[in-house]
Amino acid sequence: MQFKYKIAGGDFTNAGNASSAVKKILKQLNIFPAVSKRIVVALYEAEVNIVAHAFSGIIEVNIDESRIHIILDDKGPGIPDIEKAMEIGYSTASPQVREMGFGAGMGLANMKRNSDQMLITSEIGKGTRVELINYLRTDAAE
Amino acid sequence: MTIKEISDIINGKVLCCPEKMESRVEHAFASDLMSDVLTVEKENVLLITGLANLQAIRTAEMSDISFIIFARNKKINGDIIALAEETGIMLMESPFSVFKISGELYKAGVKPVY
Repeated sequence: MQFKYKIAGGDFTNAGNASSAVKKILKQLNIFPAVSKRIVVALYEAEVNIVAHAFSGIIEVNIDESRIHIILDDKGPGIPDIEKAMEIGYSTASPQVREMGFGAGMGLANMKRNSDQMLITSEIGKGTRVELINYLRTDAAE
Repeated sequence: MTIKEISDIINGKVLCCPEKMESRVEHAFASDLMSDVLTVEKENVLLITGLANLQAIRTAEMSDISFIIFARNKKINGDIIALAEETGIMLMESPFSVFKISGELYKAGVKPVY
């Protein structure tokens, strides 16, 4: 199954709505809570990144029996040095983003830790694509 | 410790979901940095924060945190309370600082996450 969400850059009021919708879907699918939590934490950080840094974005969520594959595509400034951006504590966030409780340079590390696979590609002046893959486990499998 | 007992210690005023007053909580975490909150793996954790905005509620939702204390009489607007009601997160406000709330609850036996 596939779900798509549009994200508006700078719209902090709605930041997290897509992650919340995905959390509800995972609950309906009886995904093991600890597995679901990792997915939504990674997704939420990624969603906040689009709101914080990009002009707009689309989140595409693909779920099959064994895994969830999330693609976050944004139109934005891109990331000049992904390796640098991965460093804990490195951030280019605005004061407004920091007021929201983010922008401490922990987001990408949180996303990496909470996903089974993470892939980031970026083009300066065009945008960034983040892919998050997590393998699923349902309550029934316990 | 029950939420009711915690509320008494911190002079808490319940903003949302009073039906959870008898719920029990063992651990607490204090931060204004939401990425820090998102690292908490433990369940049934109480969040103490000075960050009174929608992202505090969204962060709690993603982290499976069911209780939030807002320190120092922050202005909690209706949107925040509505989102907490929708996501089933109990909100309390306290006149005390994050430091004092943390200190009092630690003294009363609430455990740290880290």
